[in-house]
Amino acid sequence: MPSFLDPIAGFGVTFTTMFRKVTTEEYPEERKPMMPRFHGRHVLNRYSDGLERCIGCELCAWACPADAIYVEGAANTDEERFSPGERYGRVYQINYLRCIFCGMCLEACPTRALTMSHEYELADNNRADLIFEKQDLLAPMSSGMVAPPHAMASGTTEQNYYAGEFDRPEDSAAPTGTAEESR
Amino acid sequence: MGLEEQLPSGFMLTTVEKFAGWARSGSLWPATFGLACCAIEMMATGAGRYDLARFGMEVFRASPRQADLMIVAGRVSQKMAPVLRQIYDQMAEPKWVISMGACASSGGMFNNYAIVQGVDHIVPVDIYLPGCPPRPEQLMDAILKLHEQIKNEKLGAQRVEWQRELEASALTAIPTSDMKGLLR
Repeated sequence: MPSFLDPIAGFGVTFTTMFRKVTTEEYPEERKPMMPRFHGRHVLNRYSDGLERCIGCELCAWACPADAIYVEGAANTDEERFSPGERYGRVYQINYLRCIFCGMCLEACPTRALTMSHEYELADNNRADLIFEKQDLLAPMSSGMVAPPHAMASGTTEQNYYAGEFDRPEDSAAPTGTAEESR
Repeated sequence: MGLEEQLPSGFMLTTVEKFAGWARSGSLWPATFGLACCAIEMMATGAGRYDLARFGMEVFRASPRQADLMIVAGRVSQKMAPVLRQIYDQMAEPKWVISMGACASSGGMFNNYAIVQGVDHIVPVDIYLPGCPPRPEQLMDAILKLHEQIKNEKLGAQRVEWQRELEASALTAIPTSDMKGLLR
């Protein structure tokens, strides 16, 4: 007798599924938040006075397993200063077609200039636009920042910057760099 | 097509074009071309949580003749290249290609003799999608960007003209293999 009822039981499974909670995420309309350490597009951070953190050391480019990063450093002068210390990254390019979002560049960065945001909608219709230049990667200016080039704060050396005296409080709260503020 | 060539330009064609573009973008049928780990994310995109059926493209066709979108998901080896090109040639016009993931787009971290350094060496690519592998959201974002592109495409004689222009510009462009620096 059970064999006779089996097809009806099968339809019962289909029928009860109609009353289950839907698991589908309505992606373009509602975007679910990422995990905190999600690896998205890179951000080149700044100190709280607007100077760039990148010192053009190329350690990120050396660490990159996909050779996606190209850095060209240049010397800071007293008239034209982009970052504390001797050098800054004059050219900074990340090829997002090569980048595998592994985060080795973040680990290599000595000044925590490079972090990753939660931005992931990067698709484009040509290769050239997916090489992000420095101006595409730099963090936007927030309140209290002055666009470089400008001098270091009076009476400070680069050591004060490296020691974290010019970190924004939200930076120290999130060691790997959270996305929301750096977007 | 016939009729629209006879009509004065801008009279009926734009409406028909818009309708055709809307219809085409609403029922893209992807060919299964999963080559590596990106294919897992592509399958996840087709499954219940992300549900490509919302965009009218849940049927991954096993035959290229019934497909009009090729999602190249994964690294393309030199040995796979002629196969991929043959699949593309077998697909009926109009057809589009999404290059999914770093490996398909540029070779990614596999810069070696075995891997084609970007699937655009073999087939024309409409959307490049970075990521290793891209999340299902990223793939859906690429698909939606492709939809916008399809909605603005030409029809009939103007499409032929547009494709001729594309072909002419592609013939004069620098080959990707000759590009220097990051673009290579």
